[in-house]
Amino acid sequence: MNEIQLELKNQLEKFRLQKIEPHMEHDDESETFRMDIFSELGSLGFTGMTLPEEFGGMGLSYEDFSIALCEIAKSSVSYAVTISVSCMVQAIINEFGNSTQKNKYLPALTSGSEIGAFCLSESGAGSDAAALVTSAKKCQHNGQAGYMLNGSKIWITSGGIAKTYIVMARTGEAGGKGVSAFIVRDGTPGFSFGKKERKMGWRISPTRELLFHNCFVPEGNLLANEGDGFKIAMAALDKGRFTIGAIAVGCAERALDESVRYALSRHQFKQAIFDFQGLQFMMADMATEIECSRLLVLQAAGDYDRGTPNAKLACMAKLKATDTAMKVTTDAVQILGGVGYTREYPVERFMRDAKVLQIVEGTNQIQRVVIARNLKKEYSTH
Amino acid sequence: MWFFTDEEKDLQRLCRDFATKEIAPFAHKHDEEESFNLSAFKKMGELGVLGITADPQYGGAGMGAVAATIAMEEFGKACAGSTLSYLAHAILCVNNIQNNGSVAQKEKYLPKLISGEHIGCMGMSEPEYGSDAVGIQTKAQKNADGSYVINGTKMWITNAQYADIAYVYTRTGSERKNLSTFIVEKGTPGFSVGKPIHKMGMRSSPTGELVFENAKVPASQLVGGEGDSIYHMMKNLDIERITIAGISLGIAQACVDQCIKYAGERKQFGKHLGSFQMIQKMVAEMATETEMMRSFLYTTAKKYDMGERGPSMAAQVKLALPKMATKIALDAIQLHGGYGYSREFPLERMMRDNKLNEIGAGTNEIMIMIIAKNLLTNTRD
Repeated sequence: MNEIQLELKNQLEKFRLQKIEPHMEHDDESETFRMDIFSELGSLGFTGMTLPEEFGGMGLSYEDFSIALCEIAKSSVSYAVTISVSCMVQAIINEFGNSTQKNKYLPALTSGSEIGAFCLSESGAGSDAAALVTSAKKCQHNGQAGYMLNGSKIWITSGGIAKTYIVMARTGEAGGKGVSAFIVRDGTPGFSFGKKERKMGWRISPTRELLFHNCFVPEGNLLANEGDGFKIAMAALDKGRFTIGAIAVGCAERALDESVRYALSRHQFKQAIFDFQGLQFMMADMATEIECSRLLVLQAAGDYDRGTPNAKLACMAKLKATDTAMKVTTDAVQILGGVGYTREYPVERFMRDAKVLQIVEGTNQIQRVVIARNLKKEYSTH
Repeated sequence: MWFFTDEEKDLQRLCRDFATKEIAPFAHKHDEEESFNLSAFKKMGELGVLGITADPQYGGAGMGAVAATIAMEEFGKACAGSTLSYLAHAILCVNNIQNNGSVAQKEKYLPKLISGEHIGCMGMSEPEYGSDAVGIQTKAQKNADGSYVINGTKMWITNAQYADIAYVYTRTGSERKNLSTFIVEKGTPGFSVGKPIHKMGMRSSPTGELVFENAKVPASQLVGGEGDSIYHMMKNLDIERITIAGISLGIAQACVDQCIKYAGERKQFGKHLGSFQMIQKMVAEMATETEMMRSFLYTTAKKYDMGERGPSMAAQVKLALPKMATKIALDAIQLHGGYGYSREFPLERMMRDNKLNEIGAGTNEIMIMIIAKNLLTNTRD
């Protein structure tokens, strides 16, 4: 880690222990998101880390960003995810938006006064995202040119708490090429929220259904050109992969930390349970897998920063880090035994939070499909 | 299983119908609210399973480990939490009194426990003595009149808040093995229930502490003689481990059933999920593992009923099944993607519930110690 990264990590560690950690047990139970925590992270610059300074960002690299997300996730996977998705929205607008759109939407997002949401999945289009059916028909509305949105989106992270939504909708032919991306603001007539999902984990981060019923969106809210939506979504997910990986590493690290501390302090059969080889091997494996995951994530993020993005490696980082988080958190509950199973200790929360990391931003099955596709391509060209 | 008797087959059908009607529809609600399905428990009394292993003269069904395991599997498919409470009652309390209690104790306690009028629990673990159960420190001191005064705290007690009768292990001497068992009634002065314990899963099964502060119990409450606990514990461990593994089998089977259903319903990329090889692999493997679990478990239960005993026998079942079921439940969530993660589908609950089975009634690590100790007799240093 360089000096900036160390500083970033230390500052976030202090913040999370003081401001985030004390609420976690209660907020997970009551499914409460605290906007004040998010805004405070924003005032410290942590909600727009990768954006250029002209739009209020910190201009940091994706490697720095990954280190920061990893640190936040050690206290709360939910807040790390909220930041990660909001930053994804910022990156999309920054990369594909015009200057009006950038000036209009980015400052509130980078400063943390608002949250962004990315809206791709539908009830019938999850892994097969290109099959989405939410429609955007070109029309005139009160003398204004734009699009009429109809349909619904599910599994939307930050649904309800976000103000700016990037919505993928069909403007043309079937398949990926008929999809366009729109900026839709909370409060737009015809845009409402459906049911809030009740989930196994990520209970602090609200997940909600979005409903569009004759929702008029002006022409100026189309991102890039008609038909660019799927390309925009996929580019965003490419970056999303290692950020989810980074969150998984933080989640796993916390579980290991709790395991080692507990194993050293808990005595059974007149010795610390750490001294039993069975547990030593579990923890040695946990630590090794975490380091493998961290290196893969940082490598994938670094490749992106260096201008040599590697989609295969990003998928591998997401796959390895999230599978590791699942295994490590499950083992942590096992090491803490009865107390690990209670909600007074944080490890069961991390285990519940870890599971969805294997599902979001492309299930790990989809990651394997992409890795295999890349392997095939490599062997076909040589 | 091919060796089920007609009576066991009838029981399987009865339990399956009961679970579908009385347990499954309420599983989600009780998990969400962290509440106990008392009504289903009471109806289990009418069904005749609360004393499944107890003598018919006390109202029991007089059946064995195979039968108890059938009940666990069938109830476990519907709601593992309710099943765990059933297990704590029928196996940890009733079966222990049946096996170790005097005729007077059986006559006094079994009929009401078996009819469902009373609920039972067992108190073994303590905050500092979990895996190291024989080290427990709750003390029972003998008075001049033969009565005992109990002091200490029991932790992780299933059914604590609802129990009328507690089957409690205590220390009556300074040597490690000086442990004695008492039947303690609710309302005994000095005996109270501590704080409820909030858990990751098994949320419909109440867990709490039993607190003894100079709780005075008459000599009639001692089970067997002083120092007999160690035999009581050992005698009951096998059936406890076999039956808790039954809950994991139920969970695994329910996951397989749900995955097969979903793979035939859900379409992505224009095809049913079940037509993708990756999904086929998951379903084929989890179904195969569940069949292995079933054969291993019921064969062991049958051996137990035929009188076979061995220190590793039940420990191996307890090590293998819960571990496999956690993996199956995690894969089942994965196969269902976002829906699997949502609390509207039962899969995430089953995963949370099953994790307990890797911890309760002896952790996986303790099972490994027992099995290894029994195998590696030539390397004891």
